Amino acid sequence: MTQPVSPTRKQQDGPVVTTTRTPAGQGAWRALGLRLDVRNLSLLGVLAVLVAVGGFTKPEQFLDSSNLQLVLTQASVIGVVTVGMTFVITSGGIDLSVGAIVALASVWATTLATQEYGFAGILFTAVVVGLACGLVNGLLIAYGGMVPFIATLAMLASARGLALQITDGKTQIVTVESVLDLGIPDSYVLGIPPLVLVFAVVTVVGWLLLNRTTFGRRTVAVGGNAEAARLAGIDVRRQRLYLYLLSGLCCGIAAFLLVVLSGSGQNTNGNLYELDAIAAAIIGGTLLSGGRGTIVGSVLGVLVFTTITNIFALNNLQSDVQQIAKGAIIVAAVLVQRRTARDGET
Amino acid sequence: MAPPQATPPQAAPPLPLLTMSGITKSFPGVRALDGVDLEVQAGEVHCLLGQNGAGKSTLIKVLAGVHQPDGGEITWQGGAVTLKSPIAAMRLGIATIYQELDLVEGLSVAENIFLGHEPTTAGFVVRGKQARTCATALLKRLGHSEIDSGSLVGSLSAAQQQIVSMARALSHDVRLIVMDEPSAALDPDEVDNLFRIVAGLTADGVAVVYISHRLEEIRRIGDRVTVLKDGRAVAVGLPAKSTPTRDVVALMTGRDVEYVFPGRPAGDPQTAEPVLRVEGLTREGEFAALDLDIRPGEIVGLAGLVGSGRSEVLETIYGARKPTAGRVLVDGRPLRPGSVRAAVRAGIGLAPEERKAQGLLMLESVTRNVSVSTLSRFSRGGWLDRTAEREAAQAATRELSLRPDNPDARIRTLSGGNQQKAVLARWLLRGCRVLLLDEPTRGVDVGARAELYAVIRRLADEGLAVLLVSSEVPEVLGLADRVLVLREGRVVHTAPARELDEHRVLDLVMEGSPTP
Repeated sequence: MTQPVSPTRKQQDGPVVTTTRTPAGQGAWRALGLRLDVRNLSLLGVLAVLVAVGGFTKPEQFLDSSNLQLVLTQASVIGVVTVGMTFVITSGGIDLSVGAIVALASVWATTLATQEYGFAGILFTAVVVGLACGLVNGLLIAYGGMVPFIATLAMLASARGLALQITDGKTQIVTVESVLDLGIPDSYVLGIPPLVLVFAVVTVVGWLLLNRTTFGRRTVAVGGNAEAARLAGIDVRRQRLYLYLLSGLCCGIAAFLLVVLSGSGQNTNGNLYELDAIAAAIIGGTLLSGGRGTIVGSVLGVLVFTTITNIFALNNLQSDVQQIAKGAIIVAAVLVQRRTARDGET
Repeated sequence: MAPPQATPPQAAPPLPLLTMSGITKSFPGVRALDGVDLEVQAGEVHCLLGQNGAGKSTLIKVLAGVHQPDGGEITWQGGAVTLKSPIAAMRLGIATIYQELDLVEGLSVAENIFLGHEPTTAGFVVRGKQARTCATALLKRLGHSEIDSGSLVGSLSAAQQQIVSMARALSHDVRLIVMDEPSAALDPDEVDNLFRIVAGLTADGVAVVYISHRLEEIRRIGDRVTVLKDGRAVAVGLPAKSTPTRDVVALMTGRDVEYVFPGRPAGDPQTAEPVLRVEGLTREGEFAALDLDIRPGEIVGLAGLVGSGRSEVLETIYGARKPTAGRVLVDGRPLRPGSVRAAVRAGIGLAPEERKAQGLLMLESVTRNVSVSTLSRFSRGGWLDRTAEREAAQAATRELSLRPDNPDARIRTLSGGNQQKAVLARWLLRGCRVLLLDEPTRGVDVGARAELYAVIRRLADEGLAVLLVSSEVPEVLGLADRVLVLREGRVVHTAPARELDEHRVLDLVMEGSPTP
């Protein structure tokens, strides 16, 4: 047990390793503060297979640096949303309104009136709209006693409606140069698009927040056993409010990224993001029932989905095949998760 | 083991309906059944007696096919059987009416009664009208024709729901009905009706296994009694009507395993100012006008049956329930009512009754379970110092000799006693002044209890005020300095533990009046 991890061994007795994680065996990883989970490894494996498939079927296009930049950029928008979603799910909640909030924030940030204020106006508006929607969700759920599913479903409907009302169904073109500049290769830092940098920062901050702060610890406690958390003196309601605020904030940031990426704001933006974000978090290893969450897993989940989409597009396969492949991956991941969950009982 | 075997009341029938022999069942950390025997004849009311934790619930769950026994044999009408599932038990004709009713509130009475075995046409079309007619007939047989078989179960009273549950049992071809404290939720009239139903059933040759804490009920309807204690049957088939109460109580309380209680301190705690003061605390329908003072170093015990309001009192003091009247003071300062955070800030800690459901984060490590109430101490600006957290948690668990001595161990891999120590360590780490213990040794092995008792006494000696709730009378008497006896939400007796004995307390909690 001196080497940290070996995929073949993990595959066999993965759950056992999870229960009796020995300090000696993972010293190196622990020092780095990184505990690579079985599931993270298997997802890395899946990602490696996908890259191999991509490189094999379309060697020139797939491995081209502009294509890899594209994959990462596309992953950034949904990735930021997924980080927020991971917190909410870890706390035992759900946020169905993320896609609608992204839409509303992106159109509000791109109205002619907002664009008057330039870069800062667009960014500020997107973030504030996201936070405001998160605040409403959080108040309804934490203090209004509404079930998260229902409260965020209502937010989904209203935010989409409001987005349609603002745009009247039209695409709002962004004319602020400084915003558009962030999307072009000239702005890349060492070949990395700024959007991807934002995603990376959100990921790192999210990871630290979940694993290294009292906020993260309370999130896990509320999701693992809300009653025990309450009886231990944690303010469960306030924690829930903060979590939906956090999800709203992530949606606001994602909306800004989307505005940069598409150079416009549309009321159809963020369509079905809620499903993609939930699916990515779940296959990453976050328990839908709460109490366990992993940011690394969620990000890997996002990368897996985005890569599949890219490979299918490069090979001219229709989106129906993509959807089927996504569905199969979700099923496989949840079956693995059921094993772990059963292991978690008693 | 030589249980006092008595001659059955009737001339010995040829073959018992049900025989269970040497049934054993262990859960992680606990041996719930340690060789239980039970023999039930057709047409008798067989009473099952025992204190909380004696193994009654586990035994009836084995009988209902919910739990699989680790060892032992079950014979049904002379043939060996295994009860693999609730359905298997039901097919044999064994029905169980649980204390917590298992009805679907959103379905109608008739739909509940025939749930899972609806009368159908062509195998799948439910014949609703026939179901309602049969349901009405069953309800009439139970003397409750006023219950409309079409109304929703959620709209019925607790007593009526129990009747529906019973009708469901009878809708099968039932030979044996297990009733788990069926009278607990009923008022006297309804109890009379229940007894009529039981008499009618036994007249039809159906056997009834009847669980109750109320000895007078057992006298009225019981034929024979089996007494369980610490997972063993200590008496099998005693005559229910003629065995003296004294003997029954002695069987329930006498122990093979001697509990070792730590000695009480010589000093008199009466001189110190009370840390915790409760004044006229009331919760409508649960308990009323409770007054209580606890001084540092003192352990006060609350004795009472399930449903006497014990846990509710603790949870109200802790702020988890909001009182309708009265107040709680710590060091003379009143707490904001109904706020757990106010109670925790003032220095109150609770070890809840349902340790897994209310106390622990089962997916997490020992450290994280211990530190959950003290997180802000290990953080600067929200940033956790995990080394300090781990070391402090380990220091607290070491002080309580928690095993294994590994702060990273998953809490779910620990035994019940060590899980309880983790909960205590949480409050020890927080430095609380008042400790509320709700059934601290539930699910804890008999052998590990003495250690837990020593820990609790030591915490008191270090200046904590402890309020202890337990349905195990010897535990309250052995550990507490002062005992309050609670019956139906009221304190019926207060005395130093030295001046009480187990029989006296059992009389008080069961009968309500002190025996002369």
